[in-house]
Amino acid sequence: MLAFLARRLLTLALTAWLATLAVFAVLEAIPGDPALVMLGTGAQPEAVAALRHQMGLDRPWPLRYAGWVGGMLHGDFGTSLTYARPVAGLVADRLAITLPLAALALVLSAGIAVPLGLFAAGRQGRAGDWAVMAFGQMGIAVPGFWFAILLILLFSVRLGWFSAGGFPGWEAGAGPALKALLLPAVALALPEAAILARITRTAALDTLREEYVRTAVAKGLPRRVVLRCHVLPNALIPVATILGLQFSFLVAGAVVVENVFTLPGLGRLLYQAIGQHDLIVVQSVVVLLAVTVVAVNALVDIACAAIDPRPRVTA
Amino acid sequence: MPNRQRRAALSITMGAALGLACALAAGPALAQAAPRTDLVVGMRLEPPHLDPTAGAAAAIDEVTYANLFEPLTRIDAEGKVVPGLAEKWEVSADGLTYTFHLRKGATFHDGSAADSADVKFSLDRARGADSVNAQKGYFAAVAGVEAPDAQTVVVTLSRPDGLFLFHMASGDAAIVAPESAGTNKQTPVGTGPFKFERWVAGDRVVLVRNPDYDGPKPALERVTFRFISDPAAQVAALKAGDIDSFPQFDTYEALPQFRDDGAFTVMVGTTEGETILGTNNARKPFDDVRVRRAMAHAIDRKTLIDGVLFGNGAAIGSHFPPHRAGYVDLTGLYPYDPDKAKALLAQAGYPDGFETTLRLPPPIYARRSGELIAAMLAEVGVRVKVEPVEWAPWLEKVFKGKDYDLTLIAHTEPLDIDIYGRPDYYFNHRSERFNAVGAELDRTQDAAKRNALYGEQQRILAEDAVNGFLFMLPSATVQKSGVQGMWVNRPIQANDVTGVRWK
Repeated sequence: MLAFLARRLLTLALTAWLATLAVFAVLEAIPGDPALVMLGTGAQPEAVAALRHQMGLDRPWPLRYAGWVGGMLHGDFGTSLTYARPVAGLVADRLAITLPLAALALVLSAGIAVPLGLFAAGRQGRAGDWAVMAFGQMGIAVPGFWFAILLILLFSVRLGWFSAGGFPGWEAGAGPALKALLLPAVALALPEAAILARITRTAALDTLREEYVRTAVAKGLPRRVVLRCHVLPNALIPVATILGLQFSFLVAGAVVVENVFTLPGLGRLLYQAIGQHDLIVVQSVVVLLAVTVVAVNALVDIACAAIDPRPRVTA
Repeated sequence: MPNRQRRAALSITMGAALGLACALAAGPALAQAAPRTDLVVGMRLEPPHLDPTAGAAAAIDEVTYANLFEPLTRIDAEGKVVPGLAEKWEVSADGLTYTFHLRKGATFHDGSAADSADVKFSLDRARGADSVNAQKGYFAAVAGVEAPDAQTVVVTLSRPDGLFLFHMASGDAAIVAPESAGTNKQTPVGTGPFKFERWVAGDRVVLVRNPDYDGPKPALERVTFRFISDPAAQVAALKAGDIDSFPQFDTYEALPQFRDDGAFTVMVGTTEGETILGTNNARKPFDDVRVRRAMAHAIDRKTLIDGVLFGNGAAIGSHFPPHRAGYVDLTGLYPYDPDKAKALLAQAGYPDGFETTLRLPPPIYARRSGELIAAMLAEVGVRVKVEPVEWAPWLEKVFKGKDYDLTLIAHTEPLDIDIYGRPDYYFNHRSERFNAVGAELDRTQDAAKRNALYGEQQRILAEDAVNGFLFMLPSATVQKSGVQGMWVNRPIQANDVTGVRWK
């Protein structure tokens, strides 16, 4: 188990380092000068040169790369070129929106999908099953941003229950903040719920064919009890795996939904930083995301290894 | 600031008590009649920071200009130069010495006096060797700044500059204090009628009325600028009532639905944004004036304005806005005539047309115009490859590197016809005639003479067909019907809310 952990950590470090190289190289290769973006079309060359010096862009690239990576090792992510604020603070502010949003969407997605999937499996081939399957098909087909606009039109414009996007800030209290996150979370959760419902249904159907389920039914247990106590726990294993994968989809999907609902999350920060050519923010956010994905994967692997000893032997 | 909070709480209590007294005395009707004193303004782009002296982003000025920061002079709703921090000024006969008299009692938001030392500091900082001012060229003619007493500033120029007062009215020339100049990006400290309260990054900036302002106080107590980039989200936010006024609204296709809705008012005015088909005059085949004229004949501006701006915008025939004095209508010089365009191309040696690339920056007007122009040029045999690019690469390759055939962009700085006289500008165009008129302009203060000279410059550019001159970007504002005093036109990129009130 220790060797397995060490291998995992080594992979993590190696991936993080490769990610820094890749993102740095890509941004070096793309034409664009943050100083020029800042000063625009009326700028004089000497003013642009002065700003490049102020931003430290006139240093050769190996120095800039070393300075950036070295800083990150000390926990210093640098200072944003456009916002003139430490990147770590910027990212922390934005994560305070994106993470709760993704978590809320995850809970909603599971809360909708698991009961629906079980319900459909319980009445395979009947009207209820068809309705759930139709919902699944539609949820997968409808793009998230379009669904988001529909939600705004119905709940904000027509009914006036929610404001059409924006975020009051956590300092305004948990109530208003969660309210602002609810519609975006629904928009984010529904396509994922559609996929998850189908997977739950399939997993439940597979479990229903197991002999212990037949035994339970033969014992005369009511169908609801069979579904809840015998089918659900066993069907949950594939569902949980998919749910884990979906978390990264949710963070990625948040970029689009954050834009439609104008939520100041990590996705919008990245989007704006790319537009401004704010190299240091783009670099740091991309590396952070890469490390997160690798770390989550490693965690999932370790958790699986703890539950099921087989990968430990073969990996 | 517990003290300020306590004061605010006190004034709220007192206000409520007063309101209650009024309600008891005169019935509920009077209490309801009190107009709102807050305003939520919608903006498409968020400013990268809030220091107008260190960045070109229009969004910086759209939050801070006239509201938070004041230059010496300023531009009013009609586009005229009026007093700013300087209440009056004199210009010497040779046009080389400007004496500004500052408002007595003007203070920065931190309480310190705004005097001639601050003005000297601001101007010297903008023109200094390590200046990062986006319009450092505005200060190029300044030879020295003196502060003989606290209320007087004397600026001497090395050469006459006919636009000096105009340029000193821009956000780039805002007066800042030495103590706060370094931190204005995040917590701006100016001399304006509003002061900065907070910035929720990615969402909004909040300004509140400055109780210590020495001039007339605005009617609004609180102004929130909210940033909504998605066009559908903009429409939804207006419809849901989240936004009170949305100036520079560029989702033109949505204007009719707001016009039909009694709860909203739609205003369409002018901007300073001459939209041009930028042409690399140094590159074949565009170095031949016949080719450039042929392209001018091939473009149907009416269709373009209908297709891109849904009819909201004026056609131009040169690089000058129709609403300005000095404008000469040259739109008839190259009427839409594909046959004539083909004939001119044949004369120039391109009977079968040619292939070229059109690099389009991100704004929606540019992308839409580009597609239409590519189709129009195809009609006369010019095969255009459309290449959308992001803003940073556009600046690097097209604007700075001059590596392009054609591009499409609106030049939004006011009175910027002088860009055609700048050496090394990205059009790669040189005209001694144009530059001679420009030198004459710098020596001329008389308005009528200046306008005649501007007319001459416009004619030279149109005859040379330097660029494809297309249309003026409109300034559309959608707002709730009770909002009064928002600017209809945009003579400068600003959302001046100092005169806004609710009916």
